[in-house]
Amino acid sequence: MARSIRYREALREAMVEEMERDDRVFLMGEEVGHYQGAYKVTEGMLEKFGARRVIDTPIAESGFAGVGVGAAMVGLRPIIEFMTWNFSAVAFDQILNNATKVRQMSGGQFSCPIVFRGPNGSARQVGSQHSTSMEHFYATIPGVKVVAPAFPADAKGLMKAAIRDENPVCFMESETLYSVKGEVPDGDVVVELGKAHVVRAGTDCTIVAYSRMTHVALEAAAALEKEGISAEVVDLRSLRPLDEDLIADSVRKTHRCVVVHEGWPYGGVGAEVCDRVQRLAFDWLEAPILRISQLDVGMPYNAKLEQMCMPQPARVVDAVKRVVTRGRGKAAS
Amino acid sequence: MSQSEAQTEPEMNAAPSPALPLPLPPSALVTSSEMGAVAVPGASVPAKLSQGQLEHLADLYRQMYLIRRLEEEAARAYAQGKIGGFLHLYIGQEAVAVGSIAALRPDDYVVTTYRDHGVALTKGMSAKALMAELFGKATGCSKGLGGSMHLFDKATNMLGGYGIVGGHIPLASGVAFASKYRADGRVTLCYFGEGAVSIGGFHEGVSLAALWKLPIVFICENNEYSMGTPLSRTMSVEDVSLKAIGYGIDRDRFFVEDVLTVEARIGEAVKRARELSLPTLVEVRTYRFRGHSMSDPAKYRTNEELEERKQKDPLFRARLQLAKEGFGEARLKSMDDDVEREVQEAITFADESPEPDASLLESTTYDGPFAA
Repeated sequence: MARSIRYREALREAMVEEMERDDRVFLMGEEVGHYQGAYKVTEGMLEKFGARRVIDTPIAESGFAGVGVGAAMVGLRPIIEFMTWNFSAVAFDQILNNATKVRQMSGGQFSCPIVFRGPNGSARQVGSQHSTSMEHFYATIPGVKVVAPAFPADAKGLMKAAIRDENPVCFMESETLYSVKGEVPDGDVVVELGKAHVVRAGTDCTIVAYSRMTHVALEAAAALEKEGISAEVVDLRSLRPLDEDLIADSVRKTHRCVVVHEGWPYGGVGAEVCDRVQRLAFDWLEAPILRISQLDVGMPYNAKLEQMCMPQPARVVDAVKRVVTRGRGKAAS
Repeated sequence: MSQSEAQTEPEMNAAPSPALPLPLPPSALVTSSEMGAVAVPGASVPAKLSQGQLEHLADLYRQMYLIRRLEEEAARAYAQGKIGGFLHLYIGQEAVAVGSIAALRPDDYVVTTYRDHGVALTKGMSAKALMAELFGKATGCSKGLGGSMHLFDKATNMLGGYGIVGGHIPLASGVAFASKYRADGRVTLCYFGEGAVSIGGFHEGVSLAALWKLPIVFICENNEYSMGTPLSRTMSVEDVSLKAIGYGIDRDRFFVEDVLTVEARIGEAVKRARELSLPTLVEVRTYRFRGHSMSDPAKYRTNEELEERKQKDPLFRARLQLAKEGFGEARLKSMDDDVEREVQEAITFADESPEPDASLLESTTYDGPFAA
């Protein structure tokens, strides 16, 4: 059986179910309790679990992220909500230097089973400081896992896996996805961390995307189909570990690859995908790998400029056409 | 200086108790450039110790002497190139770790800074595991992967030495949070220097512990120098414990001259944490006889100042008291010999131990399969 529920409800179901099965799990963050969640992800959880396990914090990301790390080290399983990942910048030290390093620094004596979660990247016209894609920073750090689901079923299954994982997990959501509906299976269905999946099969080009950009990639693929180009869309779901086998298998089939992500073009997840593809599928490639990202500037407030800076289906369509037509009289890059 | 009323709340979101005004002497609010000039008397020491107290003091003395001798040998090994990187010695401050941990139960937690040898050893880490860690050997407490600044010992609830100033303070509040969440009755001691009081981690960590009434004691080891910068040039007030007032928590402040005083005064804060689940900020005025780290010649202070402080060395004060009160020179010497043997065995052990294998790297980064 499956039901159609929203992304935010899928997240909430996962947290509620995990808190019901394990008293060590608690939720902490700004406005998660009495306010019912800044984006209503945690609605009703305070009433269900009480103030011992659903804990409103003051505006002190470094402080409560650190509290989570300490609690995890001695056996609890915290879920730490950032109202947006943008605010995690002031808690970066807690994640970089404590959560991800304590296991190695202690010679494996201590682990840090903690989930940091919240909406990531841009929303709509929220301005420069609320529009950063933070996953690129966190995915570079050994010791952490990073996930960014695009659909409600994955949001639920990956959240359950993240809470049960013995390592710190950065869980990247999106304000623009919270109301997206999708089929979610009933019961205790866990989606393994580190597994991508093909959400649209195709033969001419692989489009690699994740989170909100998976939906952009699917739109682009639908448009391309009308022009006779068959694009395969790979939804990464996990950014670390990265499912390089599935990506490489897809590219070996399509011989071309376009990567789509929010955030800037310098380095980051897109560059990492390009590196894996050229190492694992070099002999199969018929065109350079192209990346479609946010333009290399801060996010402007103006609506038209913001849309211009963000990856749009039209830009993805254009990139796919360039790699597909390479060698047919048009330069690819 | 108790100012919070005894309250225990089962919920983490319970409202904080209102801060009550403290009767502060005007001088406490004045910035002083002469740190030693502020006289804050410690609790008086009994003139004559009972036999039981004498034995206890001897035990504490032994712990302090072990830290001193172990670190002196570590400094020698560092000069010989057997220890690399940073080495921050605790010499001069031993009475803080030894006195405070004497006030704990074995299952209580400690979290400290990169100047962590004294706390680790006192909490129960073996000298061998500590020295082997400094030597970067597989037999070290952290298998040679942590080094001097990152000593951890799960068996004794030594939750680590941390290298980012102030970064461990919210973490320590989290450990205390877990104790309250589980009602395990444990207390967390969190150590830091006065240099950490200017960074956000201190304020957020203390603020949350105060808000949620966590069973923790924040011990500011004020050794008067934040690396090479004296307190007068890093803080607008001379009395670090004043920071407690804004958070509405209890505070204490005293000079570390006598290890038994440390035990008694920290013991009050530990009792408050254990019985009332209330945090305390304790400023202990101490002094390090060595530089900030091995590369620091400590030119920012005079020899006269250093010599004056060495005259007040709590380690020697304890030894003198033991001798004066009839512990017996022979027993003292036997204890010293015992420490010497323990240190030498630790050095030999560290020297002869194997290097860690590279196969450790992935398994100590992730619990489970490596996530690349």
